[in-house]
Amino acid sequence: MEQFLQQLASGLANGAIYACVALALVMIYVSTDHLNFAQGEMAMFSTYISWQLMSWGCSFWVAFILAVLISFVLGVLIERIILRPLHNAPVLSVVVVFIGLLAICNSMAGAIWSYLIKEFPSPFPKSSFGIAGVIGPHQLGVVLVTLIVLTLLFVFFRFTPLGLAMRAAAQNPQMARLVGVRVDWMLALGWGLAAAVGAVAGIMVAHIVYLDPNMMGGILLYAFASALVGGIGNPGGAVVGGFIVGVLENMVAFAGNQIEKATGVYIIGNGEKLTVALIIVIFVLTVKPAGLFGRVIVKRV
Amino acid sequence: MLSLLEVKGLKAYYGQTQALYDVGFDLAEGGITTLLGANGAGKTTTLRAICNMVRTEGAVRFAGKDVTGMPTEEIVRLRIAHVPEGRGTFTTLTVDENLRIAAYTRKDKAEIQAERERVYSYFPRLKERVQQQAGTLSGGEQQMLAIARALMLKPRLMLLDEPSFGLAPLIVVEIFRILRRINEEEKVSILLVEQNAALALDLATHAYVLETGRVVMSGPSAVVKNDENVRKSYLGY
Repeated sequence: MEQFLQQLASGLANGAIYACVALALVMIYVSTDHLNFAQGEMAMFSTYISWQLMSWGCSFWVAFILAVLISFVLGVLIERIILRPLHNAPVLSVVVVFIGLLAICNSMAGAIWSYLIKEFPSPFPKSSFGIAGVIGPHQLGVVLVTLIVLTLLFVFFRFTPLGLAMRAAAQNPQMARLVGVRVDWMLALGWGLAAAVGAVAGIMVAHIVYLDPNMMGGILLYAFASALVGGIGNPGGAVVGGFIVGVLENMVAFAGNQIEKATGVYIIGNGEKLTVALIIVIFVLTVKPAGLFGRVIVKRV
Repeated sequence: MLSLLEVKGLKAYYGQTQALYDVGFDLAEGGITTLLGANGAGKTTTLRAICNMVRTEGAVRFAGKDVTGMPTEEIVRLRIAHVPEGRGTFTTLTVDENLRIAAYTRKDKAEIQAERERVYSYFPRLKERVQQQAGTLSGGEQQMLAIARALMLKPRLMLLDEPSFGLAPLIVVEIFRILRRINEEEKVSILLVEQNAALALDLATHAYVLETGRVVMSGPSAVVKNDENVRKSYLGY
């Protein structure tokens, strides 16, 4: 039972990370119809920025906040400078730019900070945080930080005029212009927010997966899976999808371990987690192509 | 009377295709002007060209200011409200959010609140559906929401594209009655594009007839209404 709870908790902690990255993907997807393949590498780069700030003497949380702010600005700049000229470009051109961005982030991080794996601290005190035997201090901290970030985003999009303007611009750009919304800036803001949320995920997960330029590769795949499970056009769905994928992968591995213990036959274990995630994606897309919470979009032609 | 909107030698293009060749007209402050014409004559394009939503050449002056080539969102900020064809609401937002976003360019909260109450007084039906998603409204209600949305901008000029499109005759009558009230009570000038020429000529003081991207006839509605060609082509008697 204790093992089960531990696995559940670590699933939730992983899920929180997937949820953040998935949300970042969805934020850009709903306003541009593009999946940003570089989202993970951007988050990795942000994590290095926070590491750099800490090695210059900032405390964890100061570095965290600064890195998130810097990521926001970088996200805005990437949209304004790199993607703006591609506004009317075919999808494939944009995809190539995303892949280029991915490679640039990766090799720049490698060039600046080297490819050596670095340890990354956890800001959550071991003694007073977490529930012994159930959830570790860092896992609990990750879940809490993620929930705070998600709540802030929800409040922003739901209750502020700027959030409303961003939703309007994503839903119907032309109409948004007709009520005076500066749609181009809303897109840039969306990129900034996505980069910031990605940064939160990167900084939170680095303690678990260690810091290196390829740390986000697997996580991006899980995030894609989460976004697809929840419905790629639905931010709330992406978040729920993140938690579902995080918990499911751990539960499957847990069940596999139990079976092996009971019967001695190895069917499935930790090594197959990613495979399980991808099988989930295929299964969901086959049975419910729009995702669990996605709406089927009917186009009139 | 003072001209609020002056359009001269307006040309518009969709890619390589030229849709407007030479459109020119004036709209008096406080007036209602209608653009008539068959399908493809360029009525909708004219409205879109005024807001710079298509590639445009020519001159558009609003309240004495040259707005040609200005970005759409900046033109809107001069308080030109465009109600596009096919209603133009944010279907996934609620009725209330649609009205809130419409007042996005305005800052004074108390004024916006008062405005919203006034808008609901024109469209009591909408008030019953504040929290409903706009996409789930009936066609007539969506058109009302589109007009209400436009009003929230506190416009000086309203561009209306086919407000009667696809609506039941009774609803159309109701909407046109409200448009007249908006013009009289709110002092909003209106440029109306309408397939239903009889209705449009009743509401408008002036009319321009478009054919293949050119103005071929214009005058006070009463005169245009009695023109033999207009009668045959657009009024059907």
